[in-house]
Amino acid sequence: MSRLSRIRGRWSIPAAVVVLALIAGGVYFTRSGDDPAPVTFREAIIDAPEGPDSPQTVNIETRLYLPQQTPAPAIMLAHGFGGSLRSVHTQAEEFARRGFVVLTWSARGFGRSTGQIALNSLDREVRDAQKLLDFLGTRDEVQKDSGGDPRVGVTGASYGGALSLLLAGVDKRVDTLVPVITYNDLAQSLLPNSALATPRSDATPAATAFGEDGIFKRSWAGIFFSAGMTSIDLSSPTGEAPEMGQTESNQPAVQQPPAGGSGAQGQQPPTPSLGACGRFRPEVCTAYTEVATTGRASQQTLDLLRKSSPVAVTDRISQPTMLVQGEQDTLFGLDQSDATARQIAAAGGKVKMVWYAGGHDGGNPGTSLRGEIADWMAFHLQGRGTDPGTGFEYAVQGAFRSSGTPSLRTVVAPAYPGLSPGSSAERRTLKLNGREQVAVNPAGGNPAAISNLPGLGSALSRSSAISSRLSIDLPGQAAVFTSDALESQLLLTGSSTVRLRVARGDQTSGEAILFAKLYDVAADGSRVLPGSAVAPFRVALPPDGSAAEVTVTLPPAVRPVESEHKLALVVSTTDQAFANAEQPAAYRISLASDEISVPVVSGRNVTTGFPTGALWGIVVALLVLIGAGVVAMFRRRLAHDSDPDLAGVPLVISNLTKSYPGGLTAVKDLSFRVEHGQVLGLLGPNGAGKTTTLRMVMGLIHPSEGHIRVFGHKVTPGAPVLSRIGSFVEGSGFLPHLSGAANLRLYWAATGRPLEEAHVEEALEIAGLGDAVHRRVRTYSQGMRQRLAIAQAMLGLPDLLILDEPTNGLDPPQIHQMREVLRRYAAAGRTVLVSSHLLAEVEQTCSHVVVMHKGQLVAAGEVADIAAGGGEATFRVDAPAKAADVLRGLEGVHDVHEDEDAVHASLNGVPRAAALSALVAAGVAVDQAGPRRRLEDAFLELVGE
Amino acid sequence: MNEHDVHTDPGAITELTDAAAHQRTEVAQDGSAAGYKARRTLRVGVELQRQVRRRRTQFVLGFLVLLPFILALSFEIGQSDPNRRTGGFVDLATASGINFVVLTLFVSGSFLLPMIVALFFGDTIASEASWSSLKYLLAAPIPRHRLLRQKAMASGILSVFALALLPAVALGVGVAWYGAGEVVSPTGEAAPFADGVLGMALAVCYIAINLFWVAGLALFLSVITDAPLGAVGGTVLVSIVSQILDQIEPLGDLRNYLPTHYAMAWADLLSTDVDWSEMTRGTFSALVYGGIFTLLAARRFKTKDITS
Repeated sequence: MSRLSRIRGRWSIPAAVVVLALIAGGVYFTRSGDDPAPVTFREAIIDAPEGPDSPQTVNIETRLYLPQQTPAPAIMLAHGFGGSLRSVHTQAEEFARRGFVVLTWSARGFGRSTGQIALNSLDREVRDAQKLLDFLGTRDEVQKDSGGDPRVGVTGASYGGALSLLLAGVDKRVDTLVPVITYNDLAQSLLPNSALATPRSDATPAATAFGEDGIFKRSWAGIFFSAGMTSIDLSSPTGEAPEMGQTESNQPAVQQPPAGGSGAQGQQPPTPSLGACGRFRPEVCTAYTEVATTGRASQQTLDLLRKSSPVAVTDRISQPTMLVQGEQDTLFGLDQSDATARQIAAAGGKVKMVWYAGGHDGGNPGTSLRGEIADWMAFHLQGRGTDPGTGFEYAVQGAFRSSGTPSLRTVVAPAYPGLSPGSSAERRTLKLNGREQVAVNPAGGNPAAISNLPGLGSALSRSSAISSRLSIDLPGQAAVFTSDALESQLLLTGSSTVRLRVARGDQTSGEAILFAKLYDVAADGSRVLPGSAVAPFRVALPPDGSAAEVTVTLPPAVRPVESEHKLALVVSTTDQAFANAEQPAAYRISLASDEISVPVVSGRNVTTGFPTGALWGIVVALLVLIGAGVVAMFRRRLAHDSDPDLAGVPLVISNLTKSYPGGLTAVKDLSFRVEHGQVLGLLGPNGAGKTTTLRMVMGLIHPSEGHIRVFGHKVTPGAPVLSRIGSFVEGSGFLPHLSGAANLRLYWAATGRPLEEAHVEEALEIAGLGDAVHRRVRTYSQGMRQRLAIAQAMLGLPDLLILDEPTNGLDPPQIHQMREVLRRYAAAGRTVLVSSHLLAEVEQTCSHVVVMHKGQLVAAGEVADIAAGGGEATFRVDAPAKAADVLRGLEGVHDVHEDEDAVHASLNGVPRAAALSALVAAGVAVDQAGPRRRLEDAFLELVGE
Repeated sequence: MNEHDVHTDPGAITELTDAAAHQRTEVAQDGSAAGYKARRTLRVGVELQRQVRRRRTQFVLGFLVLLPFILALSFEIGQSDPNRRTGGFVDLATASGINFVVLTLFVSGSFLLPMIVALFFGDTIASEASWSSLKYLLAAPIPRHRLLRQKAMASGILSVFALALLPAVALGVGVAWYGAGEVVSPTGEAAPFADGVLGMALAVCYIAINLFWVAGLALFLSVITDAPLGAVGGTVLVSIVSQILDQIEPLGDLRNYLPTHYAMAWADLLSTDVDWSEMTRGTFSALVYGGIFTLLAARRFKTKDITS
C-alpha cells in the first residue's frame, strides 16, 4: 500500500498529462470521425440533342460521385439558377457519404455545358435529364430496378427543384423526389395576383388566389434574368437557414461560398456571344423583355412560362414526394409548394411537406434538413431507416436567445391539411376594425413602400429581426385595418384571407394595383412583417364608382402572434419590389367583411430543443457522483482496526517510517511505547523527526511503513480515537479575525462534543490571558498564542496530551509554570507526550524520555535511569591522572577512565561519598562530584555533529 | 500589551488537575471519547459562524448589496433614454425593475459571480491551512471527507446566498427606480412582471448550477495549495482563459467543451417561448466539470499529508 502510494505520488503528474492527452486525443478522434474518407468523382461530358428534332447536340458536363460501396441507388442533384455542378459539390459529397451514387450536372447554358437556357423546357432541359437517366441506367455502380431503369431519386433547389418535378412527371424511372424551394407555376411566381372576385375553395392552409393577369415581381425577375445573363447568381440563397438547437457559432463555420459565384465563374470559359439575351434562348429573352418593359405578360409569354413549370406535369407525378419550401422566400413562396402538393396529391402521389426557416431570402437548408432529405432518400431508395411518412413539418421562429440566433422550434402535424379529401385546414376568424380609407397612388408609382429587398434578402435576413422591420409604408398610400389585441397566442400557419371592397377615389383609374400585407403589431406598436412577404393584387374597378369586392389571400407565413399583439392589415398602392401602376390614382378601400380568416395547423412541437443526450448525461454524472460517495463511505467503514490488548496503552509506535518521494527519510523504523501516567519527553535536535512523528500520531501525515496505535486503535486520518488526544504541534492555529475565547469555543463546537466536557473556563485560566482573551487573535504576541494553543489542546481534558516544543517562546516563569502544569496533569491520571530539543527541559519535566536522531531511536527509558547511567560517577578534578589512580585503587571500582578535567568510573556499589573522601585524602582537589551524565554526552554528541 | 496580565494563577492548575482527576473519560466502541460523534463534527452552522465573521465575507456581501445602487446611480448620472423598448440588455435596463435585474446579472455574470464562488470555495481549505488551524480541525478529529463536505456545503450556502442577494437587491432597487412594469426582451417581446420574477428566479438557479464547475475547481485548488490567493486566483484565471477562448470563432464546436460556454444561457429564460436546450447542456457541462474537480479534490484531500 505504502509503496503503491509512493509510486502514485511520483507518477501523478505524468499520469495527469497522459490522461489529458487521452482526452484531447478522444476529442480529436471523435471530431475527425466527422470527416470520413474523401469521396471520389468522375467527370464526363454527355451529348444531348439540342432540341426535339435538331441534329445539333449540346454538351452537358457531369460529375458522378461514387460511395464506398456500389452498386447503390443514385441521386440526381440539380443546381439552382445561375449555378453549376460545382455549386452542389458539398451536398453531393454528403449524399455520397450516405451511400448514394450522386450525379450532378450543369444544366444547358450554365457552367461549362453548352447550349442556351430554355427555362426547364420539357423539350430541352428535361430531355437532357432523361438522357442522364439513360446514362445512369448503363452504369454498373448504380442499382437497377430493371434493365435500363436505375433506382434513382431526384432533388435540387429552386431551378433544380423544378427540374426534379418536371423529370418525375415525364419519366417514371424516377423513384422519388425532393424539390426544394421551387415554383409550381413560374407565371404565378413572377406575376402573382392574390385577389379573386369569388374565392376558391382550396382547403389547404397556404393556398393563394393564383389569379390571372398578375403584377410583375420586378426586382426578383430582374435578378433571376441577370443570373442567366451573367452566370452571377444573385437569386440562389447564400448561407444556411437557422436550425433548431443550432448556435450562432455554427453559422460562419458551415457557410458555403455563394453558389456559382465568382469562384465558378472564374473557371468558366468566356461565353463568346453575350448579347442582350446572354445565354437565354431567344423566345425566353423576348418574353422577359416584354414583361420587363410593359409590366404585363401576353398569353404567349404566360404559355411559355407555364409550359416550363411543374404545374404542367404535376398531375402525372405519383412518386413519393417531399416538398421543402422556405418561410423566408419572397420569390417562390409557401403557396407554390402548397399548389404542387395539392396537384400531386390529386394525382395520387404521396406528399410530405416541410417548411423550414429559410428560402431565397433566408438561406439554404441546414445540416439537419439536408440530413432529413438524405433520410427520405435512404428510406425510399434503400429501404433503410424509419418511414419519414407523409406529415407536415414547419419551423416556428421564436424570440431572442442567448447565442444570438433566433430560437426555432419545429412543429409536426400528421398530414398537410386539405390534401386528403374531406380534410381542411383549421381557420380562426378575427375581427378587423377600420373605416373606409383613401389610398393614393403617386405618379410613376414612386416613391414606393418597401417590404423586402430581393437578393439582398439573404444577407439581411440573417437577422430576421432586421429584415422584418425593414418594411416601410408611406403615409397616404395605405389603408390600415387592425384587429383587437389577441387574448392568447395565435400561431399563424399559411395564408389568411380577407374580403375587401375597392372603389375609385377619382375618375382616372379603371383598375387598381394594390399590395396587401399582414403585420404582427406588438403592444408597444413595433411591427413585424412575417416573411417580408406582400400579396399584390389587381382589381378591375367598375366605371360607375361603385366598389368591387374581392377576396385577397395574404402571403403565406408562419408566425407566432403573441397575446396582447394585434394583426394589422395594410393595403398600400405601391411596393418597391413590383411593377407599380404608373398613373396617379386614388382608391377608396374598405372591408367588405370585418373578418380575417387565419389558418392554423395544430401539431406537436418537436423539441430537439430538449437535448436528451445532455439530460442523460446529467443523470449519469449525478449517478457517478453518488456512486463515488457510496464507495468511499464503504471503504471508510472497512478501515477500522483495533487491538483490545493495547486498550490501556496510550501510544504504541511500531516500525514507523516516513520517507518522501525525493528520497528523504524523516522517520526510520521508529518504535516506542508511552504508558499510562507518563510524561514522556521526545528528545532530539532539530530535524530529528520529532514533529513528523507527532503529526503521524495525529493522523495528519500518512506513514510510509509501520503503524501507530492509540489506546489500541490504529491511527488513520480522522480515526475516532484521536478524540482522546489533545495536541499542540508546530505552532498555534487560530482564526485571526476571532477572539481567543471565540476561537476556543468554535473549535470545541467543531468537534461536535458536548460543551460540558470541554472545561473551557479551566483551560482559559491555564492560558491566563486575562482581558486579552476577548481581543482578536491577530493582536496576540507569539507567547500568548502559544499559551492559548496549549489551552486549546487541553480542552476536553484529553487522555493523551501531545505538546510539541511547548516552552518555545515562553519566558522563564511561564516555562516553570508549564512544567508544573504537565507534571500535575499526568499525576491526575493522564498521559503527556512532550517533544523538545532541550535536554534540560526534558530532564526537568519528564518521567520518561525517547531520544531521536535523524529519524531513528537512539535511547529510551526513564529519565533518571538514562541520566544516572547505572552506578557511574564523574569527578571534576584538578589532576585527572592522579585521581584515576586513586579510584582504581578502591575495591570494586572499575572501568575508570579520565579526560581533560574529569575522571569517570563505575563505582559498582561503592558509595560516591567514600570515593570522594578517598580522592580528597589523596590530595586531589575535587571541584564537582556527581552521576555520570550519559544522556547529556549522547545528546551533545548528536547535537555537536 | 502588558505582559503582567498574562500569567497562570497557581489555583488554575489545581482547578484543572482536579477536574482531570474527577473526570474519567468514557470510551465508545470505536475508541473515541464518549461525547464524540463523527457525524456531529463541524456542523454547517458552526462553519458558517467561522466564515461569516470574516471580513472578506462581509465585504463581498456588502458589495453585492451596493452594486445595484452603483448601477442605478450610474444610469441616473448618465444620459439614458427612459423606457426604451428596443436594444440590448444595457439599453433596456431602465425599462422595468426586472430589466434592471437582467442587466445586473448580465454585467456580473462573466466575472463577478464566478469570482465570488471561487472566493468562497477556493479560500475555504487553503485559508485554514495558511492559519495552521487545519491540522487542529483534522486532529479534533473531523474526518477529512467530512471536513471537505461541510466546508463545501457552507461555501455553497454562502455562494447561493450571494447569488440570490444580488438579484434580490437589484429587484428592489429596480422596482423602486423603474417600476414593476413588464419585462422587455431585446427582441421587443414583453412579459408580465410576475413571469419576469419567475424567470429571474430560474436564472439564479441556473447560474448557481452552472457555477458548480467554478466551485469544484476552486475546491480542488484549495486542497492542493496552502495559499488562498493561489486557489481563488487560479480559478478566476481559468474562468477568464475559458471566456477568452470562447470568443475565438475558428475553434467552432470545440468551444462547446469550454466550461464557461453556457454561462449566459439563462438569458433564454427571457423569452416567452423558453428554449431549454442551452441550459440543459450548460447544466450537464457544469455537472461534469464540477463533479470531476470535486472528486479530484476529495481524493487529493484524503491522501494528502497535512504539513501546514
